[in-house]
Amino acid sequence: MFRSRRKSAPKAKERLKLVLIHDRAKLPPGVMADLKDELIEVISRHIEVNKDAVSIEIAQEGREQRLIADIPLQPPRHRRR
Amino acid sequence: MLGKSITFTSGKGGVGKTTATANIGTALATLGKKVVCIDADIGLRNLDVVLGLENRIVYDLVDVVEGRCRLRQAMIRHKRLPELFLIPAAQTRDKTAVSPSDMVRVCDKLRDEHDFILIDSPAGIERGFRNAIAPADEVVIITNPEISAVRDADRIIGLVEAEEKETPTLIINRLNTSMVQRGDMIAAEDVLELLAIKLIGVVPEDESVLVSTNRGSPIALEEKSKAGQAFRNIASRLTGEDVPFLELDGDSGFLGRISKIIRSGGA
Repeated sequence: MFRSRRKSAPKAKERLKLVLIHDRAKLPPGVMADLKDELIEVISRHIEVNKDAVSIEIAQEGREQRLIADIPLQPPRHRRR
Repeated sequence: MLGKSITFTSGKGGVGKTTATANIGTALATLGKKVVCIDADIGLRNLDVVLGLENRIVYDLVDVVEGRCRLRQAMIRHKRLPELFLIPAAQTRDKTAVSPSDMVRVCDKLRDEHDFILIDSPAGIERGFRNAIAPADEVVIITNPEISAVRDADRIIGLVEAEEKETPTLIINRLNTSMVQRGDMIAAEDVLELLAIKLIGVVPEDESVLVSTNRGSPIALEEKSKAGQAFRNIASRLTGEDVPFLELDGDSGFLGRISKIIRSGGA
């Protein structure tokens, strides 16, 4: 009968998860974006990275948190010599 | 005897701290433990009404701290449970009337003659909360399965850990099993996964909790109530007993199971 209506609990959990990550790290989402840009800038000084594919996130394990940056490099043929 | 002090706190208001403190205190007393419940919510006294002891208050916590009475005089004995006592909050003062070290001193005196000292914390993260956790050997966080309550619970866990106390334990209060089954309430397992602390109880939402509060007789005294059973189980766990968690299927009858199967699309 209510099949078409989306369940709200999964949405709540997902929102809560993100809120907790940023609350715990005391790192608002906007600051994360700045961090990502600065990280790309620093690394690009040494090696060429695929900027569009960079992802940076905070992973949780229990109450432990770690910052995970996945920074793909440009394929060698595209790299400047 | 060296009693253990346990503080019930939540950050967010209205999640059931006072109800939990009153019921767990009551349940511990029915197990034969000597219990004192302290209302640390100075200015917003309420543990007295939930325990049904509001008509017997003469002195309060602030009177003790300021030396207007002896500790014993502020301890109100429960009508039915002679080993359960309440130290009420003052109604006409505010949180600054008591300091964290006052709380530690009062609890230290109570430890000699009681098994458990349960402290009902006010909402918030300020002075009243600091007062409530200062003497705690153990902190129990009460939350509800909703975003704001869980978020506040997480903040409180951080603050308690910053005080170099043991990691708190968790009670999930007012779980509505049919809403969980419908997919419209965060499940207990999900709350637990996010907060990642030890769970000591899940209390189902139960109209009879309000009914018993109306009467001033804690639900923990009602044999048949599921919420009452949940509080009794928590009390047993606090005494170190290993009690299995309640099967909270809500509609655990035949129809309930059938509709569950239909909802999950077979299986």
